[in-house]
Amino acid sequence: MEKVTVVQGIAMPLERANVDTDQIIPAVFLKRVTKTGFDDALFYAWRQDPEFVLNNPVYKGARVLIAGQDFGIGSSREHAVWALRDFGFDAVLSPRFGDIFRGNAGKQGLLAGEISEADLESLLAAIKAQPGVEASVDLVAKTARIGEVIVPFQIDDYTRWRLLEGLDDIGLTLRNEAQITEFEGRRESWRPRTLPEQHVTGE
Amino acid sequence: MNDSFNGKPRTLAEKVWDDHLVVKGEEGNPDLIYIDLHLVHEVTSPQAFDGLRLAGRPVRRPDLTIATEDHNTPTLAIDKPIADLTSRTQIQTLRNNCAEFGVRLHPLGDIEQGIVHVVGPQLGLTMPGTTVVCGDSHTSTHGAFGAMGIGIGTSEVEHVLATQTLPLKPFKTMAITVEGTLRPGVTAKDIILAVIAKIGTGGGQGYVLEYRGSAIRSLSMDGRMTICNMSIEAGARAGMVAPDQVTYDYLEGRAHAPKGADWDAAVEYWNTLATDDDAVFDAEVFLDADELEPFVTWGTNPGQGVSLSDRVPDPAAISDPNERASAERALEYMDIAAGTALKDIHVDAVFMGSCTNSRIEDLRAFASIIKGQKKADGVRVMVVPGSARVRIEAEAEGIDQIVKDFGAEWRFAGCSMCLGMNPDQLAPGERCASTSNRNFEGRQGKGGRTHLVSPLVAAATAIRGTLSSPWDLTAGFDTVAERPAQPTEPAETQDGVIA
Ligand code: SF4
Repeated sequence: MEKVTVVQGIAMPLERANVDTDQIIPAVFLKRVTKTGFDDALFYAWRQDPEFVLNNPVYKGARVLIAGQDFGIGSSREHAVWALRDFGFDAVLSPRFGDIFRGNAGKQGLLAGEISEADLESLLAAIKAQPGVEASVDLVAKTARIGEVIVPFQIDDYTRWRLLEGLDDIGLTLRNEAQITEFEGRRESWRPRTLPEQHVTGE
Repeated sequence: MNDSFNGKPRTLAEKVWDDHLVVKGEEGNPDLIYIDLHLVHEVTSPQAFDGLRLAGRPVRRPDLTIATEDHNTPTLAIDKPIADLTSRTQIQTLRNNCAEFGVRLHPLGDIEQGIVHVVGPQLGLTMPGTTVVCGDSHTSTHGAFGAMGIGIGTSEVEHVLATQTLPLKPFKTMAITVEGTLRPGVTAKDIILAVIAKIGTGGGQGYVLEYRGSAIRSLSMDGRMTICNMSIEAGARAGMVAPDQVTYDYLEGRAHAPKGADWDAAVEYWNTLATDDDAVFDAEVFLDADELEPFVTWGTNPGQGVSLSDRVPDPAAISDPNERASAERALEYMDIAAGTALKDIHVDAVFMGSCTNSRIEDLRAFASIIKGQKKADGVRVMVVPGSARVRIEAEAEGIDQIVKDFGAEWRFAGCSMCLGMNPDQLAPGERCASTSNRNFEGRQGKGGRTHLVSPLVAAATAIRGTLSSPWDLTAGFDTVAERPAQPTEPAETQDGVIA
């Protein structure tokens, strides 16, 4: 996973609360076989509306999503995070996130920062004053800045540390590679092995 | 053996856990647990392999990994290309991934193909004292061998492929003690349906369940797998049975079971796994096997079940408001009225299959009832063996012919109508007696209605066309002489204590 320190890019406003993961990506796309290629599925129902913010060329290439309260509630589908990442988002700021969504985001290198409702309003106002403006989300300082507006955000220490270090769960586990190898060294010979393939006698 | 427990008496689950500890988590961080066996199928693995590819990581232990095709596979015309394009793509993706990453695959048409939870045990790969994971919640099945079988999500599948470990927080332990002797016609499926009805679909949350007691000991491995399989329906992370001679007899001689000195060393270790006499469980539940009757679900979650001789409960009599609302919704969806005698309910279909009940003994039990009989008019009966090998074994015993003579369909192996990801589905409004594990709304097809039952009840129901127990049959039940008089009381179980 890439290290995350400062996310800089166009900020897209999503002025809706209670955006559930069914809205972020509908169930019909869960049959796909890849973890990538979900960008066209993001907010699938809403983006059929030409007026929807995702269709506004001013925000093309946005990397920071500024969303209303309770973003990512509902179904646990990890596809919701994959779709946001695929579309190009590296950070989402909201006054509150769905628990599972927040956990999934941390696994996939998506910075999910919690801001106050008042700060949400000032960030949205800053975008409105200058649509297409860049945001700068600083994970070291735990602040987000749009134009002159600078607000603090919250993120749990463990997730922040992993993001700063660029560690996904796998990367983290591989720090214990030596212990894993040592464990494998004393693993008993009777334990299951799928290779080489063996057949029942007579096959 | 690992002696890090300092003489503290431990449960079976704790012993298996301790012996797979790679790194002990500090200050609330998870433990890092080694995984002995990783089972893979086409639905939950594509994104995991994709993740490896993106990160440039190999599969750490292809020799501890095995894949098969089950969820999407057709059960008819398996030599033809799969008609559904999405399913075909998912299967082809698994094939490509296994080839690229060096993972052993048993594809459709292979002799070892089948439902992933049938294939592992049948190859002798599932062993006592091991950790088994799969991107599928019914991985709990493997606990029947005294293994810890844990269902995982796609990110975790990738994690295991890359590291052969999982970061896990320790579970609590719950003993489910079933004492007594099952009456003829009552099976493992009835035990587990009764357990779930008793503790509820969330009752096992956070726990590893250990099934104990004389009734569990007397079960075959196939029966124990049926029980452990449905642990997840009680919300548990895993279900286990301590290994014993029944386990060893099942395993010995299987393709991947240990041989020679390895076998002796393994058995010596396996004999140490049973829960210590003075070990303490976090919770305990008791069930009296003597009193059990064939069980059936009436609602839309596996906890909504009663004895088959009973009536559909009245939601108004349920005190918990959430459960009452859920029962009301369920009866509406199932289109049955409170107070209906379960035995008056007609079915349109009978599904005999799924990782809960598709092993050879399940098919034998089903065949023993239908032999020489004809299915009820207008009832569609589908028999789907759990694996290609089970199918072959059954055919060698003539079970296929019994099934066909009965008027039922004899299919190729796979998940089939358990979840209807392939063409085997219920039509909207159709009602089915099913030996599978989930009666959720639409599980077997949009608008389909599912009653979970044992293979014996499925067979009796297929004969009569209404939900029926083998006790209701005038012929065809091998042990008719032993058939009990019609019980007067519905099975009432001894009160359990849940901490
Ligand atoms: S048979 Fe049903 S429950 Fe079992 S693995 Fe297949 S879909 Fe899942």
